[in-house]
Amino acid sequence: MQAFVLYKALHVQYIIVMLNRNDFELEGRDVNVQNVQIDIRNVSFQYEYTNVLNDISLQVQQGDFLALLGPNGSGKSTLLKLILGLLKPMSGEVNLFGESCDKFKKREWIGYVSQKSNAFNSGFPATVREVVRSGLTKKVGLFKRLPKDANARAEAALKLVGMEQFIDRNIGALSGGQQQRVFIARALISEPKLLILDEPTVGIDHENVQAFYDLLVKLNEEQGITMVLVTHDVNTVSNRISHVACLNQKIHFHGFRREFDTLPEEKLNAWYGHAVRKVH
Amino acid sequence: MIEAIFNYEFLQNAFFSGLIIGVIAPLLGVFIVVRRLSLIADALSHVTLAGIAGSLYLSQSVPALALLNPIYLGIVASVSGSILIERLRSLYKHYEELAIPIIMSGGIGLSAIFISMAQGFNQDLMSYLFGSVSAVSRQDLYVVIGIAVVVILFLFFMFKELFLLSFDDEFAKASGIPAKWVHLAFMIVTALVIAASMRIVGILLVSSLMTLPVAAAMRVAKGFKQAIIYAIVFGELSVIIGLVSAFYLNLAPGGTIVVTSIVILLVVIFGKKMSLLMASKGVN
Repeated sequence: MQAFVLYKALHVQYIIVMLNRNDFELEGRDVNVQNVQIDIRNVSFQYEYTNVLNDISLQVQQGDFLALLGPNGSGKSTLLKLILGLLKPMSGEVNLFGESCDKFKKREWIGYVSQKSNAFNSGFPATVREVVRSGLTKKVGLFKRLPKDANARAEAALKLVGMEQFIDRNIGALSGGQQQRVFIARALISEPKLLILDEPTVGIDHENVQAFYDLLVKLNEEQGITMVLVTHDVNTVSNRISHVACLNQKIHFHGFRREFDTLPEEKLNAWYGHAVRKVH
Repeated sequence: MIEAIFNYEFLQNAFFSGLIIGVIAPLLGVFIVVRRLSLIADALSHVTLAGIAGSLYLSQSVPALALLNPIYLGIVASVSGSILIERLRSLYKHYEELAIPIIMSGGIGLSAIFISMAQGFNQDLMSYLFGSVSAVSRQDLYVVIGIAVVVILFLFFMFKELFLLSFDDEFAKASGIPAKWVHLAFMIVTALVIAASMRIVGILLVSSLMTLPVAAAMRVAKGFKQAIIYAIVFGELSVIIGLVSAFYLNLAPGGTIVVTSIVILLVVIFGKKMSLLMASKGVN
């Protein structure tokens, strides 16, 4: 009898959990296993006493331009660190390019551009050329010197982001927007298949933000580089982004950009606990 | 002095050790400064002192060890200090700087005990504290050469990892570089350079040869390699001018080398200010 009650209670719990799960199913996404670059399954994570991520599942496919949207404290930095291998999930698994995150060795396939403010100290004596060349470090491997064509590659990467004329300047002497372009070049020099950008426009003045997004779209469309853009700002979800995922401890929504546009604002407000403005 | 160098072995030892240290200390110092580790270098030099004092005491009290060169125990102390600092830094993740006073006071405390236990090595100890032109032995010179080879090889093969880690350690870790191991190796090499330099500049002033030339270089360099070249030039200038004046004026070379590098630093700072002023006037 007791066992039956327990079973019943668990069953009800299960139904509640199922009902509360993703408000939207991952509809309309043709998931082709071969093209999946990031595959996060049922990942949870907590810092000492606080639950940061709760049963997260998320897939990113080759060529996607995903905006990962979440307010401060939603766990998006933690999710990024899990993808980058800086943290290990407490449950669930993270797979990259079909391999478990622990075993994944081709880290140079993933380019990372962090928030400008905490990337480096601006008094650092380094030229743009030296910074961009350093992006080859992992690809070249331990105990080896950078190859002879590193300079040519640095020039090519800088050309892609339109910064080639600054190659011999001191990195600290550039504006925030220019520095971010250099950091993208640093990520591009190892020819990544996937770029992860953590709040890349923080500290960049408004006029340059649009140009910055144009650059990302160009890289996505012309070079076929998958983009994962992490941001707290709904406004940055420009109309050229293909997918949106809404994160606040769990994934509330993940789908095409046009589906995101049809979401009622109340829903966003409920997920994020405050008024959210959508700009098209 | 050039004639004297050909005539006296002790001067050859001091001069060549000085020239080598003038390269490796600022070379490693560039990484130490940009990674904000200059205080750690200071702490390590005090741990080295404990090894030196311990060795001097041992050679006094154990007849079999009478001829033991203190540089070896100095190296052992310095390297163990660097490993300990790393352990402490990971133990107190949010208070990393706590490791510095712990190791520093530990080093001085141990030295104080050894010094008071032994009697009568004041003169010897003075030369370790502030450097000496006359006390560098051939054996010391060989140790310095050996350490220089290790440092150059380490930087040759790990340059790109060290640069990336210094510039942006989050990016370095995210790109899968074994940051922990590279850092530990770097700290051990730093400990070696400190042990190598103390014969000439003295324990109390070792970290200055790693930081002052770099401070001057950072005022004028645009890039990292440029900063390294300037730092070595300023370091060599300080060592050469410092050693020559120590020899002629009969002073401790540690003092003259550090004062020279401070003069160079001031000249560079004012020179930079003047050139900026001139440039802005030129524009107007």
